[in-house]
Amino acid sequence: MTTRLFGEPVQRREDPRLLTGRGRYLDDLGPDALAAAFVRSPHAHALIRDIDVSAALDVDGLVAIYTWEDLPDRLAEPLPLLIPHPALTHGRTAHPLARERVRHVGEPVVMVVARDRYLAEDACALIRVDYELLKPVVGVEEAAQSAQPVHDDVPGNVGAHLVQEVPSADGRGAREVIEGAPHTLAFRLDVERSASMPLEGRGVYARWDADDASLRVYSSTQTSTSVRMAVAAKLGLPLPKVEVIAPDVGGGFGVKIVHPWPEEVLVPWAAMLLGREVKWAEDRREHFVSSAHERAQVQFVRVGFDDEGRVLGLEVNILHDHGAYTPYGIIVPIITSTQLPGPYRLGSYRVEFSSIYTNTVQVTPYRGAGRPQAVFCMERTMDRIAAHLGLDRTAVRAANFIQPGEFPYDQGLIFQDGRPLIYDSGDYPESLRMLKELIGWDSFPGLKAEAAREGRRLGIGIGCYVEGTGVGPYEGGHVQVTSDGRVHVSTGLTSQGQGHETAFAQIAATELGVPLDRVSVVTGDTRRFGYAVGTFASRAAVMSGNAIALACRKVREKALRIAADALEADPRDLEITDGVVHVTGTPAAAVPLATVAVLANPLRYAFDAEAARATQFAGASSFDRPPVQEGQEPGLEGRDYYSPIRSTFASGMHAAIVETDPLTAEIRILRYAVVHDCGNLINPMIVEGQIHGGVAQGVGGALYERMVYDGHGQLLNASFMDFLMPYATEVPHVETAHLQTPSPLNPLGIKGAGEAGVIPVSAVIAAAVEDAEGIPIDRMPISPSDLFGLRGAS
Amino acid sequence: MPEQAHEITLVVNGTVRRAEVPGRRLLSDCLRHDLGLTGTHVGCEHGVCGCCTVLLDGEPVRSCLTFAVTVDGREITTVEGLADGDRMSPVQRAFAECHGLQCGFCTPGFLCTVTALLRENPAPTEEEVLEGVSGNLCRCTGYQNILKAVHRAAEIMAEES
Repeated sequence: MTTRLFGEPVQRREDPRLLTGRGRYLDDLGPDALAAAFVRSPHAHALIRDIDVSAALDVDGLVAIYTWEDLPDRLAEPLPLLIPHPALTHGRTAHPLARERVRHVGEPVVMVVARDRYLAEDACALIRVDYELLKPVVGVEEAAQSAQPVHDDVPGNVGAHLVQEVPSADGRGAREVIEGAPHTLAFRLDVERSASMPLEGRGVYARWDADDASLRVYSSTQTSTSVRMAVAAKLGLPLPKVEVIAPDVGGGFGVKIVHPWPEEVLVPWAAMLLGREVKWAEDRREHFVSSAHERAQVQFVRVGFDDEGRVLGLEVNILHDHGAYTPYGIIVPIITSTQLPGPYRLGSYRVEFSSIYTNTVQVTPYRGAGRPQAVFCMERTMDRIAAHLGLDRTAVRAANFIQPGEFPYDQGLIFQDGRPLIYDSGDYPESLRMLKELIGWDSFPGLKAEAAREGRRLGIGIGCYVEGTGVGPYEGGHVQVTSDGRVHVSTGLTSQGQGHETAFAQIAATELGVPLDRVSVVTGDTRRFGYAVGTFASRAAVMSGNAIALACRKVREKALRIAADALEADPRDLEITDGVVHVTGTPAAAVPLATVAVLANPLRYAFDAEAARATQFAGASSFDRPPVQEGQEPGLEGRDYYSPIRSTFASGMHAAIVETDPLTAEIRILRYAVVHDCGNLINPMIVEGQIHGGVAQGVGGALYERMVYDGHGQLLNASFMDFLMPYATEVPHVETAHLQTPSPLNPLGIKGAGEAGVIPVSAVIAAAVEDAEGIPIDRMPISPSDLFGLRGAS
Repeated sequence: MPEQAHEITLVVNGTVRRAEVPGRRLLSDCLRHDLGLTGTHVGCEHGVCGCCTVLLDGEPVRSCLTFAVTVDGREITTVEGLADGDRMSPVQRAFAECHGLQCGFCTPGFLCTVTALLRENPAPTEEEVLEGVSGNLCRCTGYQNILKAVHRAAEIMAEES
């Protein structure tokens, strides 16, 4: 019986509990906890003159009301700036509760704790906050030119400014190269705001054990280990007295990597103060106005190219809307500016961004994390070059591709992890060939002409991307085989629906040679594994997957050594099949892994029959050496870490055929094709699911989703009624093909897959609509009325 | 002043359950917090996402838009009541087989919706399936495998009938 499960479309082990209502999401926990609710600012920009809570004091079930003035020491300070960067000269973060001033609608001002959420909200409604209104700063260009600062000590509202320049081979800067290029183009692109929008919002539930002076926090987070450290630091608790658990998390898509949220420190603090369990579960409006958004950028592009469409020089100037605060640093614009070159060898490149404060919800990574904007820019540029030269769009791309023989390929940029951006592997020409075949690129003109004869407008578009995945610094894995033969795997990073319990079990089962049903996996629980970074940047499979594989290899080595002793064999002659260690080719000379686990832990006390086999009178051990040999530890377990030298670069190409309605300007996606390369696949079913979901979010960003702020900084569409997330009726069937170019950087040869699906979609749809309509498309999303307006204008 | 509580009786997943709830208590909160049936999820509190869908006398309803007191005496099926003992229903099994869920938060709403859909129409067309699930949001799957799962569930039900 084979135990090689790596690469198989194994059904998910998470599913039975999630399908029967036995999942445990944040708000399913703590049925007796008190409820927290927040008074949030109704104004985008205002000074707080006074907070009057008197009317709320008589509310039935009220337990406590807190404002900034109640917060002690470190809790009264601004929240951490998680990722500092030298270019972020004016990083600013919020206080857990607003101090004197609010900078966006939704900023928390007062926390109320009551017997249940209804009553807590009753009390919130009766609290009067007296505001002095300030001029709101809305819109990134307006903010860059505004005399009104979002933060008084940030001139021009510029939080960060960064330039990266990769000169040409002969040492000339991109500007100079563009000036001298045979052809040049200059244009502007706009990308709107969207948001991760997981169906489960954020949430925190805290239990303080006064007798033990310990705190347990459950949070719907993408990083329980770092929440733990942040909570311990903010509340002045010794780290070992704090444990943080990410229960089942109902989607993350980036927004839940930000931490500690105000609520993540306030709720545990209240639980300690009150000696009661306290819980807060975010509602949908709160999620819209008080979590985080992403995507909004204005890009100014200049490109110089030759007659074949080869890019000689590219210059991009980006205005990045950062919202009111920068808790996650400038990761998003850094990723935009460094992933912009995609699969191309640019002759020279200069990218500059300014990260601008506005009186809107803060901007932190949302699936793709700056790459959808980067790819929109690069791919729109490729299409413009093709249009200018009258060349096929895929030919222009092919002329610019980095070739398979050129890896590792150094783009000459510094990536989001502070390390050189060097592509490890890929095969872009093959990827394009596969995509053209999948979508029928070469036969499309016939299809289009045929449709045109029936009065229908069809268009085709393509988009290519390279995605840095699996960023460090590290993840770890712990693997323990117990004397019942079960394998317990844990890793510190969290899960939000990616099927880690399944994929990691497949890795462990394959590495150890045990049946899948013997393996259990725990993620995101600091009681089980304390060292981790988190789940973001398409890194979980790469980082924890490899760490778990390495930990398994340690366990395997130990198991073979112990079994070799027991079988009087050479460890090199042993293998493990179906949970049994045996001499290769001699199945009779065998010892189960369960027994090896027993032998690995010498005992004095026999509490059951298995344990009796490991006691001092059970024989087996030699009197010439100690029961636990030097350099060894009792137990059949292993821990290891994977820390990559740099990121591994996945890639892919998408194409779509759209139809636009000549009368209503409705845009319909008729076909959507994806060629995807994330190296070796652990579970193709799960990878495909990630692609489908990513494309759906991309379709949302391309055609429907935008955060509509008015001039007062009010978010006008802060509900699912008005923020148009795609339903099944809006998402096309996705046709996929896989190319597998293993990464040479890690033992499993894998690359990340979580974000890929979303990255090129806006670029692809824009290209297809442009092809159908013959009108340049330079801003996304595009609605039927936008398209209708463009038709009128052209 | 404490709110007035109303005693209501619901038949939930075949069991008679009593609860004392204020008039404004949503059915979703009553199921989750008063009766401990946390499988029903709340994703938007305004009736758009469909996560909170349960079956009221067999028909799918948004439990976040329903006051608990208005369904006194009625029969409710939640995701916890779809399986037959330890054996998952055809719809549940099809979702597992087709990878029709990722984070699982919207899943209970889809399962209830699809259970009702297939009871009404055991062999739906592509269009009917699309229409049938078009009132539920999912942010993870892109719906492709959910649609596949609905057809697969219909197949399983036909095989087992």
